[in-house]
Amino acid sequence: MSFEYAPAPESRALVSIKPKYGHFIGGKFVAGGKHFPTINPATEEVLSQIALAGKAEVDAAVKAARKAYTTTWSKMSGKERGKYLYRIARIMQERAREFAVLETLDNGKPIRESRDTDIPLAAAHFFYHAGWADKLEYAGLGTSPKPLGVAGQIIPWNFPLLMLAWKVAPALATGNTVVLKPAESTPLTALLFAEVCQQAELPAGVVNILTGDGSTGALIVNHPGIDKIAFTGSTEVGKIIARAVASTNKSVTLELGGKAANIVFDDAPIDETVEGIINGIFFNQGHVCCAGSRLLLQENVAEEVLHKLKNRMEKIRVGDPMDKNTDVGAINSKEQLVKITELAAAGDAEGAERWSPPCNLPAKGFWFAPTIFTGVTQAHRIAREEIFGPVLSVLTFRTPQEGIEKANNTPFGLSAGIWSEKGSRTLWASQQLRAGVIWANTFNKFDPTSPFGGYKESGWGREGGRHGLSAYLKGVSHE
Amino acid sequence: MSFYGLVDGGDASLKSYLNNLSGVDQVGAEARAAMLATRSIKTSSKRWAIDTAITMVDLTTLEGADTPGKVKALCTKAVRPDPTDSTVPSVGAVCVYNDMVSVARTHLDLIGGQHVPVAAVSTAFPSGRASMVVKIQDTQDAIDAGAAEIDMVIDRGAFLAGRYIDVFNEIVQIRQVCGDKAHLKVIFETGELVTYDNVRKASFLAMAAGADFIKTSTGKVAPAATAPVVLVMLEAVRDFYEMTNARIGVKPAGGIRNTKDAIKQLVLVNETVGPDWLNPKLFRIGASALLNDLLMQRMKMDEGYYSSPQYVTMD
Repeated sequence: MSFEYAPAPESRALVSIKPKYGHFIGGKFVAGGKHFPTINPATEEVLSQIALAGKAEVDAAVKAARKAYTTTWSKMSGKERGKYLYRIARIMQERAREFAVLETLDNGKPIRESRDTDIPLAAAHFFYHAGWADKLEYAGLGTSPKPLGVAGQIIPWNFPLLMLAWKVAPALATGNTVVLKPAESTPLTALLFAEVCQQAELPAGVVNILTGDGSTGALIVNHPGIDKIAFTGSTEVGKIIARAVASTNKSVTLELGGKAANIVFDDAPIDETVEGIINGIFFNQGHVCCAGSRLLLQENVAEEVLHKLKNRMEKIRVGDPMDKNTDVGAINSKEQLVKITELAAAGDAEGAERWSPPCNLPAKGFWFAPTIFTGVTQAHRIAREEIFGPVLSVLTFRTPQEGIEKANNTPFGLSAGIWSEKGSRTLWASQQLRAGVIWANTFNKFDPTSPFGGYKESGWGREGGRHGLSAYLKGVSHE
Repeated sequence: MSFYGLVDGGDASLKSYLNNLSGVDQVGAEARAAMLATRSIKTSSKRWAIDTAITMVDLTTLEGADTPGKVKALCTKAVRPDPTDSTVPSVGAVCVYNDMVSVARTHLDLIGGQHVPVAAVSTAFPSGRASMVVKIQDTQDAIDAGAAEIDMVIDRGAFLAGRYIDVFNEIVQIRQVCGDKAHLKVIFETGELVTYDNVRKASFLAMAAGADFIKTSTGKVAPAATAPVVLVMLEAVRDFYEMTNARIGVKPAGGIRNTKDAIKQLVLVNETVGPDWLNPKLFRIGASALLNDLLMQRMKMDEGYYSSPQYVTMD
């Protein structure tokens, strides 16, 4: 007797993917020159041909954004801007299933996640910022805060539409116009978002979307007509951007890598902690900058937690991202799979013990089984470097103080998790941790009202909340 | 009694056993239950789940207005839920008040339902507010009348006052009355215990005291068998099995009225304690209206369209 879940695939009939896409410049789709394929990482099927923006396209997009900024958007009242943002938010909700299916096809993440997390949160960011548009004078950011101008925004492939929303919504609410480049491997939902801008009758040039690779990103970063760069991605690229803008007047916010500690104290609620560990590292295949990739267990509960964690991992459903019952989908690209595989091999080579539950990975596509490494120490590469995949490094500590020291002993500082039933311990630990976001008895919870950003090599500035607005306004310190 | 070597039957050891349990984080438990509720169970797996759920139903009538006629009708339905389709299995048990046990047993035997046990609600159900002498006699009466399963209620007042040992001793005594004649299900009335910490504590207390099953509710208090409550009980059962090798059953009761809810319960079992528990020996659902919805969904899967409720029997 067994309860096998029959396949429950989401229909892809809902989306129509064009064989070829251009750029979205000045409110219109403009044919591209060179193209490159975007694929479904779960099947390696080519979904469409994507245009590669060069200097001419970047110039045109910046020009369109400047024109929209000067003639329309910066002159419009906050109340009017807010109306457009509300309209965009509502259309995103109306077309949520379409966005979810497209995101899953292009990214490889499970449909359950794009349906229940990515798309609703993206719409929520527009709703939230729509509400700010006419209240900026009262946000405590000066009596008459002014926009910066044209923002160049470069976003990653892990949460394509959600990262777009994090960037576009605050920029528009504060009166900036944008030139946005989605990641090379996940451009489709950004292109659907361009359609939404048309549907919402957003004035031409307020949002411009250019597709391309790192070379397009570099053109945007170095373009003299851009006033602000907002980047989410790797620390490596973030450093290049920081150097590039160092001698210019551009404002910059950077959301970079992380190696978050998920700290389990001996009074933690064990079953919910195990869920939090799973959610911390296997959510979105571990392609999360704030993933709880270092599990720090107090030694007197380490054995029990690991035992329950392994049992729970055996229940994780890895496979077809379009199946509504899938928990962990495909790795986003071959390149990323190679990186994860290489770092995991370094874990083996350095003597950590690897464990994965038995799972049948599909033959086609890019897959990596949920994996934990035990016996990891601070000196292991897998405890230092961001893997950006479903790989958890497990370390132990003896006293709360030692746990905090190990948690902070990293060049990163994006997020951290604390698991304890004792309020005083949670408050104490959160004061000691050098991380921009700290979760207590939960992990990977996001909300537009809450500022997000890192310490140290995890980035500059904050996104979301009142703090996030300041990054798009003149003369406001970036906290 | 050995109590699985977990406690010695005294107050101090029981307190220390219960206080050593890990807490339950309310938000986390509710989030996990909500996530599992998104599982999409279709086609062959839905068909399997419906038939499995039918075998798990404790078909229940617990009304002041119960008569021999009503109880006999219920028994007939329990043995052959769909008179037009012999492939539909019998339900797990018939659950009645004490004074209806002999009516139910006699009728079941008469109609070829020897395989369907009678469960009796006992110990001054549903409130539990009576002396121990009365509770013991209540249980003895039910067993004498042919009940093979006893659904007892705990003294929630004693539990909430922190007199765990009193609750424990009551279960131990009722367990002794049941002996090897009847299975013991212990009802917590989780709607009155309120917190998940209490549910977890009550689960471990009842299991150590000798419960064969732990059961959420009487059906007389709302909320009853919510998904997070059942999740917490299943986790307790799983942990208890790892500690003692004893498989304890779980019975959600109250509020599970349709197929979708029943399937959600099976998903909780499957992904928490595992497929070993997906049988009526270890999982039951206390319900009355649920059975007909299961039958209608079953017909729909066979015939491709929804039938009128007139095509299933009312009782």
